Amino acid sequence: MSVLVLLIPVTFCLGLTGLIAFLWNLRSGQYEDLSGAAERILLDEHDAPAGPVAPPPPHGPRLSTRTKE
Amino acid sequence: MVEGLTIAERRTAMIMLGVAALVGLVMAALGRGDPMGVHGFIVIGAALTLFFVVGSKIYEPEPSLSRFESYYDDPTKVGIILALIWAVVGMAVGVWVALLLAYPEATIDAPWASFGRLRPVHTSGVIFGFGGNALIATSFHVMQRTSRARLSGQLSPWFVLIGFNLFCILAATGYLMGVTQSKEYAEPEWYADIWLVVVWITYFVLYMRTLARRSEPHIYVANWYFMAFILVVAILHIVNNLAVPVRFTTAESYPVFSGVQDAMTQWWYGHNAVAFFLTAGFLGMLYYFLPKRAERPIYSYRLSILSFWGITFFYIWAGSHHLHYTALPHWVQTLGMTFSVMLLVPSWSSAANALLTLNGAWHKVRDDAVLRFMVLAAVFYGLSTFEGSFLAIRQVNSLSHYTDWTVGHVHSGALGWVALITFGSFYAVVPLLWRREGMYSWRLVELHFWLALSGTVIYVFAMWNSGIIQGLMWRTYNEAGTLRYSFLETIPPMFPYYVARTVGGALFLLGALVAFFNIWMTIRATAPRQPAGVSDYPTDAPAPDGNVPAE
Repeated sequence: MSVLVLLIPVTFCLGLTGLIAFLWNLRSGQYEDLSGAAERILLDEHDAPAGPVAPPPPHGPRLSTRTKE
Repeated sequence: MVEGLTIAERRTAMIMLGVAALVGLVMAALGRGDPMGVHGFIVIGAALTLFFVVGSKIYEPEPSLSRFESYYDDPTKVGIILALIWAVVGMAVGVWVALLLAYPEATIDAPWASFGRLRPVHTSGVIFGFGGNALIATSFHVMQRTSRARLSGQLSPWFVLIGFNLFCILAATGYLMGVTQSKEYAEPEWYADIWLVVVWITYFVLYMRTLARRSEPHIYVANWYFMAFILVVAILHIVNNLAVPVRFTTAESYPVFSGVQDAMTQWWYGHNAVAFFLTAGFLGMLYYFLPKRAERPIYSYRLSILSFWGITFFYIWAGSHHLHYTALPHWVQTLGMTFSVMLLVPSWSSAANALLTLNGAWHKVRDDAVLRFMVLAAVFYGLSTFEGSFLAIRQVNSLSHYTDWTVGHVHSGALGWVALITFGSFYAVVPLLWRREGMYSWRLVELHFWLALSGTVIYVFAMWNSGIIQGLMWRTYNEAGTLRYSFLETIPPMFPYYVARTVGGALFLLGALVAFFNIWMTIRATAPRQPAGVSDYPTDAPAPDGNVPAE
C-alpha cells in the first residue's frame, strides 16, 4: 500500500491546515461573540457593502473598515 | 453583464478570450482526428462567441465608480441560470439512462448513446454542472453579504464561472466521444483536468482576497464551509488526477497509480468529493439561506462551528469504506469505517441545528414552500448521513455493496439534500437579485415542492427495495452450498423497481423544469417593483446611472 505514503501525509497536511485555521480563529477573537455573529447576517437593510466606499484604485489602500472590537 | 465592466476591463477580457481561442487552435491542430481536436474547436467556438459578445459592447458607456457601492451580482445571476440549464440537461439524461436500465431497447444505434457514455454525462451534469454552478453562484452571494464587501475582482468571477462551465462542457462532450480516464466522478482527461486546476485556484484566490477586505470582522460559518469546499476539492482533484498523458496530441493518459493504489486514491477522492463538494458547500448554503428565510438566527451558532470542524477533521479519512472486502488492507478498511460512523455526530448536529432553528416558526414552514424546501433538505441530510454511516459498516456493506441500495443512498442525498437546498436557496435569492417582489408564481413553487418530494421518495423507495432484494438474492445458497441464483436470474425481479425509479426521476425532472420556467418568468417580469419593508434590497438609493443590474 505504497500510496498511503502519499495519501496519509496529504490528509495530515489538510488536517494541520484546518488546525492552524482553527487556532487562528481562537486567537483572533472570531469566537468571542457567537450570538452576535449569528444575528448579524439577518441585519442588512442596505444591501450594499459597508464602509467608506472609495473605489479601490488598482494599487491603492485597502478597502476595509475592519474595526477591532 | 458587459456593461458592468470598464473599457479597460473589456479589453483585458477580449485579450484573454483571444488567447483562449489560440489555445483552442493549438489543441485542434495537435489533436487532429482525436477527440482532443474536437475539443479544440469547442474551445475556439466558445472563446470567439464570448469575444464578439464583449467586443460588440466595448464602447458602450462605462459604469460609474458607484458600482463599488453595490455587490457584484452579475456572475451570481448568470451562475444561477447556468445551474438551471445543467439541471435540466443532467436530469433529463438521468431519466434516459434510468429508462435504459428498465428497457434496454430504448436507445438509438449510435456509439454516443450507449449507457456507458451517457451515464457520466448524467453524473457530471448534475454534480458539477448543476451543483458546481449553484455553489459558485451562491458562494459569491453569501460571501459578499456576510462580509459586507464586494467581490475583490471584476473579471476573475467571470473567469471562474465561465472557465468552470467550459470544463463541464469539455467533460460532457468528451464522454459522448468515448473520452474517459475511467475514474468515477473524475472521468475527464488530462487537459480538462489541468484547466480545472487553473480555474479552481483562481476561485480560491478570489475567495481569500474578498474575505481579506471584509468589513464585518467575524467570518460567518457559511464562509468556512465554502472555503473548506474550495480548498479540499482543489487538493483532491490534483492528487486523484495525477496522470501521464500517452502523448500530448490525444485525450489519453495513464494514472500514476495502479491497482489497489489507484482504487484507494480514487475513493479517497470520491468520498471526499461527496464530503466537500456535495456536503460542505451545500451546508454553507443551508447555514445562510435557512436563517435568512426563517428570519431567525441559527439555533446554536456554537454547534454550527463545532460541526464544521468535526466534518472537516473526520470526513477526509472515510473514503476507504468504499473498498470493503477488497485487496485493500483490512486496517485501512476499518479506519474508513470507524471515521464514517463517527461522522454521524457532526452530520446530525448540523441537521438538528437546522431543524431546531425553526422552533417557534413552524407556521412559516407550513405557509412558505421555499422554507419547506430547505427544511426537507435538512431532513434528507439527516436521513442520508445516517444511512451513509450505517452502510459504511463492513457487515452492512456486505449486503449493500454493488447493489441498487447504494444508488438509492446517493440519490436520497443528491435529490433530497443537494437539489432541494439548492432550489430553496434559488427561490429565496432570485427575487432579491433581480429586484422582484417575489417569484412569478408561488403556486408553481408549491407544485415544484410536491413534485420534488414525491419524485425523491419514489426513487429512494424503489432503490431500497431493489437493492435489498438484489443483495439477498446474491447471497442465497442452496443445500449443496452453491449460489442459488445466477446473476442473470437476479435481474428480472428488478424490473418493476427500475420502472418506478424512472417515474420518480421523471417527476423530479418535471419539477426542475417548473423551477426553470418560474425563475425565467420571474426574471422576465417587467417593471421591477420595489417592495417596502423587505430586507436585502438596496432600496434606499436609486440605481446608479448606467449601472442598473442587467435584466
